[in-house]
Amino acid sequence: MSAQDDLRVQDGASDRDGLIHPEIAKPADESARSQDGRRLDHAEATTKPLSAEPQAARAREPQPRGAKIRGDRPIDQAEAAERFLAAPLHQKAHDERLWDLRKKRDTAAFGIPEWEELRELASQIKAHTLSRLDEYLEQFEAQAKANGVHVHWAADGAAHNRIVHGILKDHGARSLIKSKSMLTEECGFRHYMATTGIEVIETDLGERIQQLDNEEPSHVVVPAVHKTRFDVAAVFAKTMGTDPENDDARYLAESQRMHTRPLILEADAGLTGCNFAIAETGTVVTCTNEGNADLSGNVPKLLIHSIGIEKLIPRIEHLGVFLRLLARSALGSPITQYTSHFRKPRPGTEMHMVLVDNGRSERLGMEEFWTSLKCIRCGACMNTCPVYRRSGGLSYGATYSGPIGLIIDPTFNKRKYSTLPFSSTMNGSCTNVCPVKINIHEQIFAWRKVLAEEHQIPLLKQGMMKAAGQVLSRPAAYRAAIGAADSALRALPRFAVYNPLNTWGKGREMPDVPRQSFHAWYKQNRMGKKNDMGKKDALR
Amino acid sequence: MSARETTLATIRKNRPAGDHPLPEIPLFAPLVGDDLVAEFGERLKRMGGRVADVVPGEDPFASVRERLETAKVIASTVPEITGNRDLARVALPRDLADVDVAVVRAVFGVAETGSVLFTQEQLQVNSVAYLAQHLVVLLDPADILDTIQTAYRRPDFAQASYAVLHTGPSATADIEGVLIHGAQGVRSLTVILLPRNSAEQ
Ligand code: SF4
Repeated sequence: MSAQDDLRVQDGASDRDGLIHPEIAKPADESARSQDGRRLDHAEATTKPLSAEPQAARAREPQPRGAKIRGDRPIDQAEAAERFLAAPLHQKAHDERLWDLRKKRDTAAFGIPEWEELRELASQIKAHTLSRLDEYLEQFEAQAKANGVHVHWAADGAAHNRIVHGILKDHGARSLIKSKSMLTEECGFRHYMATTGIEVIETDLGERIQQLDNEEPSHVVVPAVHKTRFDVAAVFAKTMGTDPENDDARYLAESQRMHTRPLILEADAGLTGCNFAIAETGTVVTCTNEGNADLSGNVPKLLIHSIGIEKLIPRIEHLGVFLRLLARSALGSPITQYTSHFRKPRPGTEMHMVLVDNGRSERLGMEEFWTSLKCIRCGACMNTCPVYRRSGGLSYGATYSGPIGLIIDPTFNKRKYSTLPFSSTMNGSCTNVCPVKINIHEQIFAWRKVLAEEHQIPLLKQGMMKAAGQVLSRPAAYRAAIGAADSALRALPRFAVYNPLNTWGKGREMPDVPRQSFHAWYKQNRMGKKNDMGKKDALR
Repeated sequence: MSARETTLATIRKNRPAGDHPLPEIPLFAPLVGDDLVAEFGERLKRMGGRVADVVPGEDPFASVRERLETAKVIASTVPEITGNRDLARVALPRDLADVDVAVVRAVFGVAETGSVLFTQEQLQVNSVAYLAQHLVVLLDPADILDTIQTAYRRPDFAQASYAVLHTGPSATADIEGVLIHGAQGVRSLTVILLPRNSAEQ
C-alpha cells in the first residue's frame, strides 16, 4: 500500500471535474494529441485544458509583479502575496496549474512500487557525495581535463560571471545562447552581461518570456507559470512585434521559434546549466523538454557549462536512480523529452566547465541545513505548497522560491531573506514529496529559531514565535501535537497561521493539509520496519 | 589561495559528521510487460512521438513516405534512405538549418520511457537532430531495453563524446500549460521499427 496515498492532500476537487477552480476551465483544447488521438499531457502540459479566459476576464487583469526589493531590507513576501491574491485570474490559473503538476506527480510516483526505496537511495547517494565532495570534485576535474575540457573554479557568483565573460572575450564572442540554469540566475549572470555588450539569448520559452519582460523566473521548472497567455501576448507584441490581439498559445510559441532561431544559428557561444555532473566520467547531464540545451551545446563552436558543485554524483549508474525520480517529481512524466550527456568537445570546438561554489562549501558545514544541498531542483515542493501556489514565486523576491527557497535563501543573505521561513503553513507536504528526502519543513522551523535568536526577524513575528513557542520550539512536542490533531494546522495556535501578515491564509478557510501528517505516517509505516532509514532522516 | 584551493579546503573543513556510505543500487524488476516493442510504442506515443510498425514485404517507410517525398532537404545517416545533404561535408552545424527531414538510427530504445539513444557517432553532426524540422528514427526491435536502469548500465554513456536520449519531439507548455510540439527543436519524431540488417536484404 503506498503510503503516499494517505498523504494525498484533500483537494475536494473530485466533484468539480478534478479542478480546484472550475471557472477557469477552457472548453476548447489546443494541446497536442497523440498518434492515436489521445490528449497529451507530457512535459509541463496541463491534464485539463486551462485558461484564464472566462469572457469577463477579457477586460485584462494586469499581471501582479513580485516583491519590492529594497537593498538588503527584509523581503515583505506577504505584501507581494497580497497583490497576487488580489488578481484572482492569475492566482487561480497559477494555483490550478501547479496543483495539476502535483497530482500528475502523485500518479507517476504511485506507478512505481519502489518509489520510496528510490527516494532513499537518491538521498543516500547525495549524502555520500556531499560527505566526500572534495574527492569527487577532484575526480570530476581530472576526468574533464582528460576529456579535453577546460575546467574553471568560481568562488562566488561574481567570479562565475567574470570567468564566463573572460572566455567569451577571448573568443571574440558577441552573442551567447543559453538554456535554463538556476545557477546563472543565482549569480545574476544576465544582469552582469547586460553591461558587457555581449548579447545573451535565453532559449527556453518560459525563460525567454521572462527575459523579454525583464523579470526573474518565478519557478525552477516553469519560469513563466505566473503569467497568463494575455501577459505573454503583451510581452511578445512589445518585444517581437507579434499581434497584440492574438493570444493563441500556438501562435505565440511559433512566433518565438521563428524569432529565436536565427539568433541560435548566429550565436558565437552556447551555455547550459547542469542537472547532474558525473565524477567518474566528467560528464554534464541536462534534462530539458525543448531541446534547447542541445542547441546551445551543439550549434556554436564554443560551449560553456555552469555547474553548482553540489550537482556531483559519483557514477553514470546513479543516473538510473535520479532520472527515474526527477521528471516524475517535476512533471509527472517518466522522463523529459531530452536527457543529454556532454563529455567531450566536438572536433574543432572548445568546451569549458565552470564549477561554482557561491556559498555551497560553507553551507556544507551548517549542521541543520547541509542536506539542503541534496536538492535536484525538481520543483515538487513548490507545486505542493499552498503558500507558493497562492502567492507566486516572485513574491519571495529571491532566486529560489517556495519551500526550497525558504531554507537556502537565508544562506545567501540572512537579513534580506529573514522573513521567508515564516511563509509556510508547516504542513510538511514539501518534505513528503521531495525526491531526495530533504526534511524541508523541519529546516524551515530550524531557520525560524536561528533567525529569531539572531534578532533577524521583525518583532511582530517574534511575538508570534513566543506565543506558539510551547508547541513549536520543541520538535518532539510539535510532532506529538500534530499527531493528536487532524492536521498540523489545527495543532498550531490559530493566529500562527492566520496572522495579519499571513496573507496567503486568506481566500480559503483552511489551507490544504495532509490527511495524515508525515510524522504519524512515518511512525506508523517506517519506524521499526526500517530502522536504518529512521536514523539518518529522523527528525531532530 | 586559488578559488579551487579555497573551495576544496572549505569542503574539507565542513565535511558533514557521520558515516554516509554509498548504497548498493539493486536492479529493480522492470515495470514493463514482456512485449517490449508494444510497451516502447505505448510510452513513446504518450510522450508525443509516433511509431510505425513494419509489415514484412511492404514499404517500411510508408508512414513517412509523403514527408520524405515533399521534403526539399533530407539528411540521412542510414543506408536505407538516400538523402541529399551529405553530413560528412557539412562545414558548420548551423548549415543544417534548412534540413526538412533527418533520418538516423538509434543505438537502442528504452521501453520504460519510450526513449531512443543517439551518440555523436550516429548523428555525425549533432545539430541535425535539433535543427531538422522532423526526425525519423530507425530502431531495431531487438535493441529495445526494458528500463532506464538497464540503459545506464550500458557502456555507451561513458564512451561517447555526446550521448542523448530523445523521448518524443521537442515540446513546451510554458504558455498556460498548452502542449506544443516543436518548441525549438524537431516538430515530430517518428520511430520506424526496422531491423539493422534490413538494408542488405
Ligand atoms: S527541495 Fe526537494 S522537492 Fe524541492 S526542488 Fe529540491 S529536490 Fe525538489
